[in-house]
Amino acid sequence: MTSKHDSTALPVINNFSRRAAVKGGFATLGAAAFVASISPLRQAAKQTTAAEFMQSHYTELSAEDKQAVIARLEADAKENYGADVTIADDRPIPGTKFVYAINLSVCNGNGKCVEACHKENNHDRSTNQSYIRVIEMPKGTMDLEQGSTTYTGTVPQPDKFYLPVQCQQCDEPPCVDVCPVQATWKEEDGIVVVDYNWCIGCRYCEAACPYHARRFNWKKPDVPADEVNPDQSYLSNRIRPVGVIEKCTYCLHRTRRGKLPACLEACPTGARVFGNILDPDSNIRWILENKRVYILKEELGTKPAFFYFFD
Amino acid sequence: MTRLANILFAAIIAVVVSVTVVSLAKIRQPERLQSKRAESPPLREPLQSVSTQAATTEQATSKQTTSNPTTFPIIVRQPLETPTINLAGVDPQGRSGQVACSTCHSVRPANMATKTTRELNEFHQGLQFNHGQLSCYACHQPNGSDSLRLADGSAVGYQDVMRLCSQCHSPQATSFAHGAHGGMNGFWDRTRGPQTKNNCVDCHDPHVPAYPKMVVGFKPRDRFLDVKEESHDQ
Repeated sequence: MTSKHDSTALPVINNFSRRAAVKGGFATLGAAAFVASISPLRQAAKQTTAAEFMQSHYTELSAEDKQAVIARLEADAKENYGADVTIADDRPIPGTKFVYAINLSVCNGNGKCVEACHKENNHDRSTNQSYIRVIEMPKGTMDLEQGSTTYTGTVPQPDKFYLPVQCQQCDEPPCVDVCPVQATWKEEDGIVVVDYNWCIGCRYCEAACPYHARRFNWKKPDVPADEVNPDQSYLSNRIRPVGVIEKCTYCLHRTRRGKLPACLEACPTGARVFGNILDPDSNIRWILENKRVYILKEELGTKPAFFYFFD
Repeated sequence: MTRLANILFAAIIAVVVSVTVVSLAKIRQPERLQSKRAESPPLREPLQSVSTQAATTEQATSKQTTSNPTTFPIIVRQPLETPTINLAGVDPQGRSGQVACSTCHSVRPANMATKTTRELNEFHQGLQFNHGQLSCYACHQPNGSDSLRLADGSAVGYQDVMRLCSQCHSPQATSFAHGAHGGMNGFWDRTRGPQTKNNCVDCHDPHVPAYPKMVVGFKPRDRFLDVKEESHDQ
């Protein structure tokens, strides 16, 4: 209390009251808690680069931005998968709207399309992931509840028909409507795409799709270096990160360069037909005008760009 | 005094930690981008890759349909002009090998009524046949046996077998002409590259034309496939 006392004693030790000790203890605890709470960020820093974190939405990227992003993604593929890949930025061809048709009189459910999709689109090898599911259906009904995707053995069975289902590239896509961050949208040629770097993985779109056409990456895709398809596109078959949604893009990395989709080329029965519906001389127009055509779940009003037909 | 010291201590810890985090995040980035930018080519022009692929696309033997000079052709795969068959066993000189149809048929009279190989007591014994009520010479030429026979009796080469098939299977032929029957490869957009289509006999054995059964080889492993077969009650 006196001035003499103050001058001779060490100030901190002299004032080291119980209250100060408690304060100091809590401060230390607080600092430790702070360090612990931000430590996941350090892990995130190892997995996600700052540039990736700061990347803009695909539609807002300038040409230079895209070049930098693609260079980074190519380097990532080299680092994480040991594969030399080229990632293009394929844009829609003006005057094109892609439409698919499958001949259900011919499809025999052999599943070559499922496998071709798996390889073409760099799907996870451990789960045999693919954008296509073939449903074995009893003849005489279109009730999907009675179908099975897990059939094996010899096909076709005499009392069954086979219904391959993949993204229908709807003109009224419910999956796009529900996305809270606009990470998925419909492009001018009708293809519904996903910006895998903008997707937050909420899976609303997966739930909204009536065709179960969307897949979620529960784990980092496992693809051996020699099996990686190096011919990639940003919105299509580049290897997706963990925790995002992916979907069929009608192989836009092929079809926007004029080629046929991988599932069509793989089909040994010739059941699949692909083309530009805006071209009056296209195969697809002839089918729509001359065959009996069925639209899956037409009553939902999703307006698919995907048709099933019969001979 | 004490309070100040405590706050100062907490602040220093916070600053140190956040600086560490930010620097960790940034260190990796600039070096990778710079090195990659230096060596990476500009964005690929889709058309360039297409033109090189078009040059190397499967050529094969071809009947080409060009509707206009700026489009690439539709190439229909074709079978060999003169087929041969494997000789069963060896001849008296001990030779085996392949012979053309005319090797034997030019010196043997044709039996127009023969419908199945079961009626034959030599040659073609293993040949399966299940193609309606056709007789052999409905499609094979009795004189000049290295060619096929149209319904009016005129000859058509083996490579043009689709003309023969189309006589009866006209709905399939019409669908084929519009790309709605038969598999294809290559380009949907023929201003960018050619298209290769299968011939009838690529998928259908002319003697047993029903498409063969297949075995499913590849299945996605969805979650419900991994569930053990035990019920939940156990």
